[in-house]
Amino acid sequence: MIKIQRKKVADPGFEENAKKLTPEKIEKVIQWVLEKEADVRLKTFVETCIHCGLCSEACHYFLSYRRDPSYAPVAKIRQTLWDMLKRKGKVDAEDVKMYARIAYAECNICRRCSMYCPFGIDIAYMLNIVRRICGLLGVVPQYLQDQANSHMYTYTQSWLAQDDWVDTVQFIEDELRMEIKNARIPLDKVGAEVMYSPHSLEAKFKINLLSNIAYILNVAGVDWTMPSFDGWDSTNQAMHVGDNETMGMVERMHFEAAMKLKVKKIMTSECGHSFRAAVYDGSRWLGWKQPPVPYFQPTQFFYELIRDGKIKIAKKIKEPVTVQDPCSIVRNRGLGGMLRSIVNATCEDFRDVNPRLEHNYCCCAGSGVINYGPLWKFIRMEGGRTKINQLKATGAKIVITPCHSCHKTIEDMIHYYKLDMRVMFISEILVQNMYVPEEMRVIKTKDEG
Amino acid sequence: MYDFLTSLELYDFLKGPMVWVSFIIFAGGSIYRISSLLSKAKKVKVISTYMSLKYSLRSIFHWTVPFASTNMRKHPWFTLVAFLFHGCLIVAPLVLLAHNKLWYNSWQIRLWSVSERVADIMTLTVIVCVVIFMIRRLVTPEVRFVTFASDFVILAIAAAPFVSGFLAYHQLFFDYKLMVALHIFSGEIMLAAIPFTRLSHMLFFWLTRAYTGSDFGAVRHSRDY
Repeated sequence: MIKIQRKKVADPGFEENAKKLTPEKIEKVIQWVLEKEADVRLKTFVETCIHCGLCSEACHYFLSYRRDPSYAPVAKIRQTLWDMLKRKGKVDAEDVKMYARIAYAECNICRRCSMYCPFGIDIAYMLNIVRRICGLLGVVPQYLQDQANSHMYTYTQSWLAQDDWVDTVQFIEDELRMEIKNARIPLDKVGAEVMYSPHSLEAKFKINLLSNIAYILNVAGVDWTMPSFDGWDSTNQAMHVGDNETMGMVERMHFEAAMKLKVKKIMTSECGHSFRAAVYDGSRWLGWKQPPVPYFQPTQFFYELIRDGKIKIAKKIKEPVTVQDPCSIVRNRGLGGMLRSIVNATCEDFRDVNPRLEHNYCCCAGSGVINYGPLWKFIRMEGGRTKINQLKATGAKIVITPCHSCHKTIEDMIHYYKLDMRVMFISEILVQNMYVPEEMRVIKTKDEG
Repeated sequence: MYDFLTSLELYDFLKGPMVWVSFIIFAGGSIYRISSLLSKAKKVKVISTYMSLKYSLRSIFHWTVPFASTNMRKHPWFTLVAFLFHGCLIVAPLVLLAHNKLWYNSWQIRLWSVSERVADIMTLTVIVCVVIFMIRRLVTPEVRFVTFASDFVILAIAAAPFVSGFLAYHQLFFDYKLMVALHIFSGEIMLAAIPFTRLSHMLFFWLTRAYTGSDFGAVRHSRDY
């Protein structure tokens, strides 16, 4: 067992839960996951890896921590899976804590390393297996586990009761009518074209984002709805824990809501992980090749609305802007071109990042890391150094990103590194710059006379 | 011992039955490893459902052509060394005049062969590349961190037939007969080791690339190179 230097983090999810572990339980879980649950990929990848270290520079942690070899992707496998396989699961609670730290807090499952491995080894898949083991053993960052528990109890990420949801929507609708005449947020409209599935936080303390989406959909004349019942929340923190059973339950409920409403498609919020959960992890866990209802990320949805002339751009942003390509929708869905198309349509001075598109660096908050609470904030700030330097180099004042995790952590880094920048969602850009027909306007802005 | 190692009996044994044994282990082992992997993969829906020939080939193309992937361009020297090493390792034994003569004597088949000077350069290239790999393992921190004794063992397995072949051909340091015996034996060890050590990356490279190429290309609409 190798010992590596790490800042100590007293996360009760690690410290307290690890005390409840017994060697028998640890061995049983590891053996079960590695021998029964993991498929043929695991051992093929382990046996094919030639230990060349060429994946190292793909990892933003490795680069941000000044090329510390213990942060290289292959090093993370060495410290976790190789160790478990070599010792046949006969490890102690301290080892499990280290595995958990590496899998949860030192890897964002961004899959950039797969693009740099000469064999195309899916290292993120293997670290997801480590998360699964730690998740089953209950050694999980406490804040993350709390949100997974919330999914189990309330079917939302943020302990939001169902009546609070309906209440919030009504409140947002009332507010929206101050801006758009007769604006509607139609709940439970059977047969609508689109079901919008917000991020849990959009119904709690980031309600302006839900309001923005409602604004755009009203102005663009989209036939849309949202469920008033459980299944409206698109988030899925259980996926990050490795709690696949809860992840599957959340996704099933989500798709069932869409089927009850007989909608033609679902649009998730500007969020990366919820897209990944619905389209990949969740659908696959439930045995679907593709999501049973066509699933759209706003980047694609808005791109199509602009392309089809349903959203017209009235004015463009003059400040220099750049983008952050969220891993879940760019590296893992190829929506980077559409994102740039929207940015070019709405901004005058677009400065692209380098490297870009699927080669872009992760923001260091993905796969749940954004949710670990104040104890773990430092890891996002330090691990995100590569990201923020990349954004800084563009000279842009605005970073546009269609992902909640990217958005929040870049905002945090801007404060941490004292930069003169701000972050915006695509929906914010559209609300500020889209053309609103005269008959829909409630208040005329000053420059429009 | 020395007499035994340089004896004609041992030479004939290594040149005859042992070649067959090692070849059967190599071929049988490879077929077994690949077929068992494929049959297991076929049962896993998240693999078999998404496989795509087009994107498998796209991925393999970008990772078998020098400098066709981003990471290769980021490490130009290492890419050069890796391609020279693998190219010479595979090609040199096939185009060596002496090997071709042996095949011709046995089965009347022969491949195109290169001059002995070229073969010599290829052999030296393999040896120099192995030395570079070893130095890299010891010097580069991220590589050293994941280096085990087994990594040096597989390097040694790959290098041994070339080192012994080179020494035998030039009759340097050791007795020619001894070196030839070691050369044949080490070649047989390498062949037999391929399916059962991490040298199996020779077999699995194509499959792991096909999987990742398909996943990136056909499912995630993205590039893996």
